[in-house]
Amino acid sequence: MSLRSPIGRVLGLGAAHEGVSHWWTQRVSAVALLGLGPWLLISLLVLGAHDYATVVQWAARPWNAVLLVLTVATLFYHSYLGVQVVVEDYVSHKGAKVAALLTLKFLHVVLAAIAIFAVLRVALGAAP
Amino acid sequence: MATHERPLSPHLQVYRWQYTMALSILHRITGVTLSVGALLLVYWLSAIAAGAAAYERAAAFFAHPLMRVLLVAFSFCFFYHFANGVRHLVWDLGIGLERRQARLSGRVAISVAVALTIAFWLVVSLRDAS
Repeated sequence: MSLRSPIGRVLGLGAAHEGVSHWWTQRVSAVALLGLGPWLLISLLVLGAHDYATVVQWAARPWNAVLLVLTVATLFYHSYLGVQVVVEDYVSHKGAKVAALLTLKFLHVVLAAIAIFAVLRVALGAAP
Repeated sequence: MATHERPLSPHLQVYRWQYTMALSILHRITGVTLSVGALLLVYWLSAIAAGAAAYERAAAFFAHPLMRVLLVAFSFCFFYHFANGVRHLVWDLGIGLERRQARLSGRVAISVAVALTIAFWLVVSLRDAS
């Protein structure tokens, strides 16, 4: 006999109240980074010279700019999902946990925004 | 509230330390390290956007010997988290969960990570030399 209420079973959210969404998005972002991570490393490796003109020209190319934005966004999303679990596992005091999670979330969003803005600024030719 | 009367899972210390446990915690450590390392990516991209002078400063910063050591460490974290991440994704498909398979794939993950780190910096140093 299950002690779960019918509404609980239908919603399927379990004890964490958010179902499998965290687990699943962590995997989806991981799969995306399996492609994006090596793309960035290999691109920079085959670029050869890393002087300012070469790098700007590389980053401003449409596909590179799009993939850079996607890489930054996915990376920070995946990063937050990861550090969130670490905080939830090791910080037991509820107030400290909420404070840490909020701080980390703000940091991730701000850093992602700064990086994406930088890519767009180069791609749209607004860099000095 | 009688929270402490609930059954508790045993403390980690009661388990005999095993190789696969070390790999598991290493996945977490490398993940957190990479989260910090992402700051460097933000700095690098911002430097490109800020113009030639800022970019030169960033390039000098990344070329510093201490920074190079740190970059080698970050690259190992990336390759390990990558290889072991694939291992986790394969587990999520329900494959390779037997003890022997899990130990073997663990050795593969760490070997791939070390090999890729060495190969990457070999290519970088060869390119810098030419």
